[in-house]
Amino acid sequence: MYLKQHWFSNLRGDVLSALVVALALIPEAIAFSIIAGVDPKVGLYASFCIAVITAFAGGRPAMISAATGAMALVMVTLVREHGLQYLLAATLLTGLLQIIFGYFKLGDLMRFVSRSVVTGFVNALAILIFMAQLPELSGQHGTALVYGMTALGLAIIYLFPYVTKAVPSPLVCILVLTALAIYFGFDIRTVADMGELPDSLPIFLWPEVPLTLNTLIIIFPYALALAVVGILESLMTATIVDDLTDTSSDKNRECVGQGIANIGSGLIGGMAGCAMIGQSIINVKSGGRTRLSTLLAGVFLLILIVFLDAWVGLIPMAALVAIMVMVSIGTFNWGSIKDLRTNPKSSSVVMIATVIVTVFTHNLAYGVLVGVLFSALFFASKVGKILFIGSKLSADGHQRQYQVVGQVFFTSAEQFIAGFNFKEAVEQVQIDLSRAHFWDITAISSLDKVVLKFRREGTKVELIGLNEASATLVDKFGVHNQPDAVEKLMGH
Amino acid sequence: MTKKVLACIDASPYAEAVCDYAVWAAKKLDVAMSVVHILDKAQHTHTPDLSGSIGLGSQELLLQQLAELDEKHSRLALARGRSILDAAKSRAEQAGVKAVDERLRHGQLVETLTELEDETRLLVLGKRGFSSAEAHGHMGLHVERVIRSLHKPILLTQQSYTEPKRIMLAYDGSATALKGLEMLAASPLGRGLPVHLVMAGADVEAARCQMDTAAQILRTAGFDTKTAIVAGEPETVLHQYQQEHVIDLMVMGAYGHSRIRQFIVGSTTTAMICKAKCSLLILR
Repeated sequence: MYLKQHWFSNLRGDVLSALVVALALIPEAIAFSIIAGVDPKVGLYASFCIAVITAFAGGRPAMISAATGAMALVMVTLVREHGLQYLLAATLLTGLLQIIFGYFKLGDLMRFVSRSVVTGFVNALAILIFMAQLPELSGQHGTALVYGMTALGLAIIYLFPYVTKAVPSPLVCILVLTALAIYFGFDIRTVADMGELPDSLPIFLWPEVPLTLNTLIIIFPYALALAVVGILESLMTATIVDDLTDTSSDKNRECVGQGIANIGSGLIGGMAGCAMIGQSIINVKSGGRTRLSTLLAGVFLLILIVFLDAWVGLIPMAALVAIMVMVSIGTFNWGSIKDLRTNPKSSSVVMIATVIVTVFTHNLAYGVLVGVLFSALFFASKVGKILFIGSKLSADGHQRQYQVVGQVFFTSAEQFIAGFNFKEAVEQVQIDLSRAHFWDITAISSLDKVVLKFRREGTKVELIGLNEASATLVDKFGVHNQPDAVEKLMGH
Repeated sequence: MTKKVLACIDASPYAEAVCDYAVWAAKKLDVAMSVVHILDKAQHTHTPDLSGSIGLGSQELLLQQLAELDEKHSRLALARGRSILDAAKSRAEQAGVKAVDERLRHGQLVETLTELEDETRLLVLGKRGFSSAEAHGHMGLHVERVIRSLHKPILLTQQSYTEPKRIMLAYDGSATALKGLEMLAASPLGRGLPVHLVMAGADVEAARCQMDTAAQILRTAGFDTKTAIVAGEPETVLHQYQQEHVIDLMVMGAYGHSRIRQFIVGSTTTAMICKAKCSLLILR
């Protein structure tokens, strides 16, 4: 039953979509290897291994995971300064960290990543993928011929679907551009110029790095960033596939699955990878729905690269650039630019901050961190505004009654103190706190301050409802499973 | 919560029989009845776009297309489910059950029935569902999973309804069987019907002794009880006995063993269900 439902319920669609995805994975895996600064075979083996393992171990059927741009960008400096072997070691550590994330259910932390941060992440990723293509189009490589070829490639990719949707247009682009380059004998860069291509099945190999603390110090920061970026992109993609197919996924299982896949990839000489937004959309669009589509995508990929290795080397870089430009355009969330005008300023700032930090650091983990911090700050300042202090003087003018309604915590503590009039000389004040919430120590200490100030003026202070107000201080305070707690929180 | 007889209705030829058996059980047990239809969301294949290119707003467009497709299918399924339930409800009301309610739920069969377990007194289910109605001699895709996941009595029906006149209790002296026997003795469901207590195996003293104890329990509860010990493979001889004595309701315990054992030696329960030519009351 399980097998049928999760693997063989959509045979035709899965096989077709797996073919389309495998064809699309080849140029991407090569291009991302080039971004990372390693041989194309590192990305191709990684893509095969990650796709196959996540098909079994992942938590989201029909999601495509492979070597990705987001991960490639994080590992650039590691490869440049320490070489491939350290990258493989970092890949293993990444997998280990991701399994730990999954085990401790850190996937649930995704709820702190707001929609604006996700949009910023996606946009930054698109910009970085696009920027990574620029070296191929500038300097000594940027000849008119290369520009012409790239433009032709883009035209084929976008216009060919109007002729027929039965053949993947990126494939047509590769075939046409390669044929032209060979026929006219163009002197332009090809994939073979970029490094070694796979000519055999991958073999098991252990990274050749010294097992010392020094190695760990070198690879740990990269592995942590890779693990975080991988989990973020994978869980975001899982949510997108969930929405598209109206089904649910197991996010923590996905974390563990990504971890196992990365360990597998590291052990056969592949780079770290994660889920791919663009490829997963292509998979669903082409009719893929079950785990079978992911598995076959990996298997087809391996078959294609091992048997076509001589031909893959002939593909002009211009064709890859055209495909990657399409991927970056397809990844960018264009609606978010239009939304800048209508969305609240704070969420636009979060989105733009995420993009800017990412583009400057080339590390999506920093971008997301800044985005999450900004959204938390904006939220705190918004909630801090929900505070009202009203007061009433008794008929004889000797006593004032204050009533505090709303949230008192670190951002609103100043405002809380300012709400009291210490200049007024009265014999007694009564502070009714039964409709207020004291969330932290700052709130309590500001209340102490208020009481102390009144006493120094010679005023007697009476507090009402402090117990209810400070119930929120207790860390375990939660309202989800107590129906009357909501009443208390909102209405008392 | 008052417990009900739950009748699982789908578009298969079993629907009418399921409804009639549920009516019979609801009257016997004097409880309300609920007709349930579950809309298990199928995956609808759309014409795939194999162009493999993603452009501006691809994701939004795809989401919109898929949502529209699902909406169309789901509306049809919803309307069909409602009409199936309406027909079953009026059939049950005509047959004289006063309280009948309709339950139309989204979800998977097993999960949904587990959710409804608390309000279930007896579940009535066709031996095969819509997807495998023609596969005679087999049981439906979901039946085994339902039996294993639910801890309520389940009445598995044949394709046509015959009012139960004679009950047969397959008894092997095990703890599961004894529990089933006690449940039957205590339940108003079989009251007034003659019970054949049948054991498959060698006619030895120990077996006879077990049978006597069992028969005594039934007789004390007021059942007209006959006993028989027949030699041979349980699946074969029990069905022979059933056909010879025109039994219309067979009662048995189910899946006393683990899945691992079933994988190795096969399950008597599954074999019994597949071969049975009458309705089965499965006691857990």
